Amino acid sequence: MAVKVLRRRELTVWEKLYIPQIVSGLKVTTAHLLRNLYLHSAHRLGLLQNRRAAVTFQYPEEPRPLAARFRSRHRLTVRDDGTPRCVGCMLCETVCPAHCITIVAAEHPDPNIEKYPVRFDIDLGVCVYCGYCVEVCPEDAIRMDTGILDVAAYSRDAMKLDIHELMNPSLRKPLLECTLKFPHKCRLAGGEASR
Amino acid sequence: MPNLTIDGRQIDSPDGSTVIQAAEKLGIFIPRYCYHPGLSIAGNCRICLIEVEKNPKLQIACNTTVADGMVVHTSSAKAEEGRRAVLEFLLANHPLDCPVCDQSGECDLQNFYMNFGLYDPRFREQKIKKKKAVAVGPHVMLDQERCILCSRCVRFTDEISKTGEFGIFNRGDQAEVALYPGQNLDNPYSGNVVDICPVGALTDREFRFKARVWYLSSAPTVCNGCAQGCNVDVHYVLDRPHLNDGARILRVKPRYNPDVNQWWMCDEGRYGFGWVDNGRLTKVRRHGADATWEQAVAGITEELKRIGEDHERGTGSRLGVIASSQLTNEELFLIREIFQRALDARVTASFPMAAGYSDKFLIKADKTPNTRGAMAIALAGPTAPGAATIVADAVEGRLDALWVFGHDLTSLVADADLQQLSRSLRLFVFSGTNENATAARSHWTLPTAAYLEKDGTFVNVHGRVQRVGCAFSPLSDSRADWNVLLEIAGRLNLGFAWRSPQEVFQALAASVAPFAGLTYERIGLQGASLTTDASIAEAVAT
Repeated sequence: MAVKVLRRRELTVWEKLYIPQIVSGLKVTTAHLLRNLYLHSAHRLGLLQNRRAAVTFQYPEEPRPLAARFRSRHRLTVRDDGTPRCVGCMLCETVCPAHCITIVAAEHPDPNIEKYPVRFDIDLGVCVYCGYCVEVCPEDAIRMDTGILDVAAYSRDAMKLDIHELMNPSLRKPLLECTLKFPHKCRLAGGEASR
Repeated sequence: MPNLTIDGRQIDSPDGSTVIQAAEKLGIFIPRYCYHPGLSIAGNCRICLIEVEKNPKLQIACNTTVADGMVVHTSSAKAEEGRRAVLEFLLANHPLDCPVCDQSGECDLQNFYMNFGLYDPRFREQKIKKKKAVAVGPHVMLDQERCILCSRCVRFTDEISKTGEFGIFNRGDQAEVALYPGQNLDNPYSGNVVDICPVGALTDREFRFKARVWYLSSAPTVCNGCAQGCNVDVHYVLDRPHLNDGARILRVKPRYNPDVNQWWMCDEGRYGFGWVDNGRLTKVRRHGADATWEQAVAGITEELKRIGEDHERGTGSRLGVIASSQLTNEELFLIREIFQRALDARVTASFPMAAGYSDKFLIKADKTPNTRGAMAIALAGPTAPGAATIVADAVEGRLDALWVFGHDLTSLVADADLQQLSRSLRLFVFSGTNENATAARSHWTLPTAAYLEKDGTFVNVHGRVQRVGCAFSPLSDSRADWNVLLEIAGRLNLGFAWRSPQEVFQALAASVAPFAGLTYERIGLQGASLTTDASIAEAVAT
C-alpha cells in the first residue's frame, strides 16, 4: 500500500506573532455577541422580528428544518383504499445491510396484486438509516420522509416497529386497537392470532 | 460421426444429434426455453438461435442436426442480435411482475435478458391481459400472463406423465396454456411442470410466497419416500426463522441422475418432507421426564450389560432389536455388529407395512428407502426374523429388552399390549425422529437425526448405493443414530475404531460382500451399484 505523507503547513510570520490572531478571533466572538445582544433586545421591543437572532435552535420546541432528501424514520405508503402498497417482494429485506427488516408475505385476495406483507417489522435499534430499502423498492412502498428523528425507547424490543407503526407513523406501541386497512383481519381487530 | 466446429472448437457428435447437444458436450451453453433434454423437440421459442456458416438465416440449435464440416457460431453479433429480437417478442406481453413472482431469481427470462436484453423497450402498446393466479391442481399455480408458450408443460403431460391435462388454446397473442375442460392437474408427477417451466407461469403452491429463492441454500440428497431413491436437492433456510414458521426445508427439487430418476420426481416425495421439521422429538426422555444424552447412554449400557450377564447365567431371556429400513447402511451395519454379533440379540429390519401406491415410472410400493440395503446386510429378507414375531415374543415375556428404531409398534400390537410391554420389559428404548405412541410408552426416548441431517448411504430398489449427504445439522438436541450407536459400542468396550459414517462404511465394504470395493468417493453424487448381489436379486424376485 502506498503511503501518502501529509506535511502540516508552516505558520507565516504574521501568524507566528500570535497576538493579531487572538485579536481576530475575539473580533468574531464579539461581533456575534453584539449582533445577538442587539437583535435579542430589538426582539424584546417587538422590532426586527424577521431577522433571526441566535443560531441555536430551541429543540425540541423548535424543530430544525430538514433537507428534502434527509433520511428520517421509515413509513409504509398505502394505496388509495388504505391497504399497504407493499407487495412483499422482500427486496428491502434482501438489500438491508443491517438485516433489520423482517417480512412475511401472504396471498392477496386480488390476483392482480397477488402478494402483500402480513408482517413487516423494522428494528430501529439495528437500522443504519442507509436508505437502501427506499432505493430498492419497486413499488414506492417504503419511504424515509416522516421527519421523525427522536426514536427513543427503554428496551431493545420497543425499538422494533411493526406494520401498524410503519403505516401510520403517529402510532407507537402499545397498540390496543387497529383502524388500518389490511386485506386480512388484523389481530388487533379480532383477527387470527398470528397476524 | 459428423465432425463440426462450434465457436472454433471441433467436436464429433453422433448422427442425428443436434447442435445444442454437441455444444453442451463442449461446455458451451446455448440459451433455451422450449428445449428440454427430457422432452421432445418443439423448436418454438427461437431463443437458441445460432449462426451456421454458409446459411443465410439463423438456425435454432435445438432442432438443427449436426452435419460434417458444419461451422457454428453461438455468440456472434448476428446470433445475439437474433436472440435480442426473440426476447423482445417474448416480453411483449409479459407483465414484468418480477417483485411478486416466485420464479424471480431463477427465471430464464431474467437471466437471458441480462445477456441479450433490449434495455430500451420499443413496445408501447397495451399488454394483453390474461388470467392470473389460477390453481390448476393441488400443487401448481398458473399465471397465463407470464407464460411464453414454450409448451414444455404440455409436452411433459403428454410424454412423461402421459396424462395430457395441458394444452395451448387460441391463437396469436390470445394463445394461452390452460387445462382441457374438466381436467385437473393432479397426476402423481404434477410438481415437475413447475421445475421445467422456464418462467414464472407455473409456480409451486406449497412454496408460494414463503421465501425468495435467493434466500435458499441447497444440498444434494436422496428422497426417502420410497425404494426408488430419486436424487434430489433439498432447499432450506437456516438464517431467516421468520419464514415458513421456522421450518427449515422450503422445497425439494429433483437432481438429474440418468440411471435413477432423470430430471423428475413424484409429488409424494416432493411434498412429503414436513416430518423433518414438524412433530420432531427434540429431547431425550426417561419415562416421560427430560433427561440428557449422557444419562441415556450410561443408563442403557448399564442395563444392557446387566441383561447380558443374567443371560449368560441362563436366568434371563434375550434382547430384541427392531431396526428400520429408514436407517442408513452404516447404521444397520453398526446395529448388526453391536446387537446381533456382540450382544447376541434378535435383530430385524423388516417391519410389515402395507404396500403403497406404485406405478411403472418412479413410484415404488415399498415406501422405505433402504430395504435393499437391509437385505444386503442380512437384517431383512428371508433369513431375518419378522418384527411381528419379536414383538410377540416381547409381549409373551420371552424378551428382557427391546430397542425400536423409528417404528410405531401400534401397527402390530394394541396400545394396551404396548403399555403392558412398558411395564414388563427391563429395558425399552425408542430412538427415532418423530413423536408416536411407541415413543410415549418407551423407557428411554432418544431423539435422532432425520436422514438428511446425517451422513450415510441408502441402497435403492435397483441395488444402487446412494449417499444421502448431510444437508444441515440435526434439529435441537437430536443426534444421528450412528453417533448414538458408536457411543454405546464404546461404553460396551466393543473396540470399534470407527468415528464417522465414512469409516463405518469402509468396514462395511470390507465385510459385507455386496458392498465390496465401494467407497464414498466411488459413490459420489450419482451413486454406484452393489457389486455382487445375485442372491439378493433372487430374494427381491421372490
